[in-house]
Formats: sequence, structure tokens, C-alpha cells
Amino acid sequence: MLNTITVSQLNNYVKSLIENDPRIAIVNVSGEISNFKNHFSSGHWYFTLKDANASIRCVMFRSSASRVRFQVEDGLAVVLKGRVSVYEKDGQYQFYAEEMHPVGEGDLALQFKQVKEKLEQEGLFDTSSKRVLPKFPKRIAVITSDTGAAVRDILNITSTRYPSCEIVMCPVLVQGDNAARDMIATLDRVYKLDDIDTIIIGRGGGSAEDLHCFNDEMLARKIYESPFPVISAVGHETDFTICDFVADVRASTPSHAAELAVPDWRELKKRVDVIANLFKSTTLRKYDLYSGKLQALILKVSPANLSRIVDSKQLDVDRLSDKIASQIKFALQDGVNTAANLAARIDALSPLKVMARGFSTVTKNGEYIVSSDKINSGDNITVKFIDGDISCLVTDKNTK
Amino acid sequence: MLSKDFDFEKSIKELEKIAESLENEKISLDESIALFEKGVTLSKECSEYLENAKQKIVTLTEKESEANG
Repeated sequence: MLNTITVSQLNNYVKSLIENDPRIAIVNVSGEISNFKNHFSSGHWYFTLKDANASIRCVMFRSSASRVRFQVEDGLAVVLKGRVSVYEKDGQYQFYAEEMHPVGEGDLALQFKQVKEKLEQEGLFDTSSKRVLPKFPKRIAVITSDTGAAVRDILNITSTRYPSCEIVMCPVLVQGDNAARDMIATLDRVYKLDDIDTIIIGRGGGSAEDLHCFNDEMLARKIYESPFPVISAVGHETDFTICDFVADVRASTPSHAAELAVPDWRELKKRVDVIANLFKSTTLRKYDLYSGKLQALILKVSPANLSRIVDSKQLDVDRLSDKIASQIKFALQDGVNTAANLAARIDALSPLKVMARGFSTVTKNGEYIVSSDKINSGDNITVKFIDGDISCLVTDKNTK
Repeated sequence: MLSKDFDFEKSIKELEKIAESLENEKISLDESIALFEKGVTLSKECSEYLENAKQKIVTLTEKESEANG
């Protein structure tokens, strides 16, 4: 006689059979994900794992699902680690996944690839949005662990190359599950400061797992939002992280970041000296030019030059006065000659001279008579000779 | 002593401009002497800024309280 059992008893029995089989109590199963559902309120994942010929329903509870770093989607080939059990309510046997790993590549590599593709498509890596670092930063925020080699390297280099620059130390976790969140919160605080010229964010070398927090999508987005230029400096030259792609400048190491961030003051000092010498020499040249001009002017007004001028003027004066003197002399002589001529002419006109030649004058009653009209017969006239007078009685008169 | 808001970048740019102006033959002697004096002062300030600097390190928390207070 067969025992009759309830559905519950049956399911419960099968469940215990399966759960007690050590070969499937904990097992790795490989397959492809399909019908993936992330339950909106519980956060549990429900999906089907399948291969070419078979499929099994799977569940991954939130506590396990939250540890999966990459994006899960249909078609993804994975290996699940977990156990098999029966969901008694509907008699479904299913796989309870506790870990999920991508097939062919590591979880971290897959996450890196997925985040990189996503942000690249959104344009977060575009070179057009990259800023140029300020040449002479006054203040640099250094976001890294305060105990690592990175902070030592950075401070060493900034203090030797450009001590004029102030360093704002922002200690953060740089590895582990909380690192990305810590760095995001610190970036938010730095963004609120208004006088930061450059941000350096990074850490020294480590394993891929150690550096992985710098591949965090939210951290990358936060860096992209930065109001100040950001240098990303994670690990060594060969390590590339999402932060490197999204930052304005990628430095191969923290030391390299410090070198990119600040100029070398000795180089600048040389430049200042060169400029100072340049304008000293150009000013000197200008001075020489003017002093040459001045020298020429001074020569022109020198005593020697003056006396030369005076001498030459004196010469002119002498020449002129000689000329004037000779001209005066000539004019005087001329005057003397003229006077003599005049005298001679006057002399020639003197009545005495005329009388000497045999002419005489006639007066009547003391008056000189120049016409026969004034004289009548019987008049007494006086005839004057050069050597005496005679009185005459007019006896006849003939008018012409 | 340099003033607190001494701006190295501005100063070195001005210095370069002065050197350039001084090369220009057209400026007068008076102008060139004034520029020269300004240039000497600037170059001294720049050198002082570079030579006498000591790196100052503050923490983010200090910086925040400085900004808020």
C-alpha cells in the first residue's frame, strides 16, 4: 500500500534530496544569460541560464548581486557559482547564484570595457572638452591617500620645482569598496572651493584590483563635472583607468602629474633674467644712441667752437668795416673833389674875375645898371673897374 | 616683500611687453627710462617670488574653514 503525501511534503522531500547532494550543494555552472530581470523593489535578479540544449531558472539575491561589478545583460556568457534548490511554492527547481563572473575575461576587465564604451559614447572622453592646465598654478588640490608613496612623490616634486604653489591635501581612500564614494565626496568638497587652479587625483601602483576604484562610473562622471582642470595619475605608465580618459590630462604616474602641474622655477628664473638683461641692453643701447646725439650737440656749443664762431664773425666784421672805411674814404674824396670843382666854378663866376678880363660894372645912384633903358643922356653914372671907379656924364645914348 | 596678491603670470607677461617696447626704437628716452625702471622692479619681484617661496601645505578641512570663516 502506497503512502499518500501532500504536495508540500513531496516538494520538501525533493528539495532535501537535491540540497543534500554534495555534488551540487556548491557548484559552478556556465551558460548564457537570458530573460534578465532586476526586480525594481527587492533588488534581486531573476534570469535564465542556458546553453544550446537546456536552460535553468536562476535567482541572485540582492546581497550577492550588489557585488557584481559589471553590467549584466542578456547574451552575456557567465559562470555562476551557487547551489541548486527547489522553490516549493511552484515546484520549480532553480539555481541560487552567489557569484557571477564573465567568461573569457575578468569581471574587472569587463566592467572597465563596459563603462569605457558607455562614457565614450556619451562624449565624456572628447578631446574638445579637455582643458589646458594653467601655466603658473597658485593652488593645487591633491586627492590621494595621505600615507602612500604618491603623496610623497607629488610633494617632493612640487616643492622643488615650484614652491610658490600652495598644496591643498585631500586625503582619501584609494582602494577598496568605499574608495570611489570617498573620492566623489571629496571632489564635491573641492569643487566648492573657488581658488583651485588644478586638481591631481590618483594613487601609486598596485594590482588591477587595487586600482579598480578609478574605473568607477560615478567617479568618472564626477571628475568630468570638475570646474577645475584635472590631472589623473593612477598607478604606472601601463595602467589605464576610466579616470584617465575622463580627466583633462592623463599623467603616467603621480610624479609625472606633479611635473605636468607646475613649471620649474629655475627655468622661469632664467627666463626672467634673460628678459631683464634684454631690456637692460636695449635701454643701454638707447642711452648710447641719445648720449651720442648729446655728445655731438655738446661739441657744437663748446668754447672752442664758440670762439671759432666768434673769430669767423670777427673776420666778417673786420672785412665789413674795412669795406665801409674805404667806401667812406672814397665818398669823402669824392666830396672834396666836388667841393674843389664847385669852388673853381664859383671862382670862375666871381665878378672880380670877369672884371679882371676887362669887364666893368655901371652903377647909378648906387644901383647896378644892367640895361641901357635905365640911363638917359645927362645922367651921372659910376663905372667900376677892378682897380677903381670913375664918374661919367652920359652924353649920348643908342638903344638897340 | 611682495604683496599678497602678487601675480607671477601677469608680471612676467608685463615684463615681456616692456622688453618688447624697449626694443622699439621709436619710444622716447623718457619713456624708455620709465619702462626700464618698471622692468627692473618687475624682474626683481619675479625673481623674489621664485627664489624665496616655501611650499605651503594645507589640508582640505583647513582650506574649507578658511573659505568659510
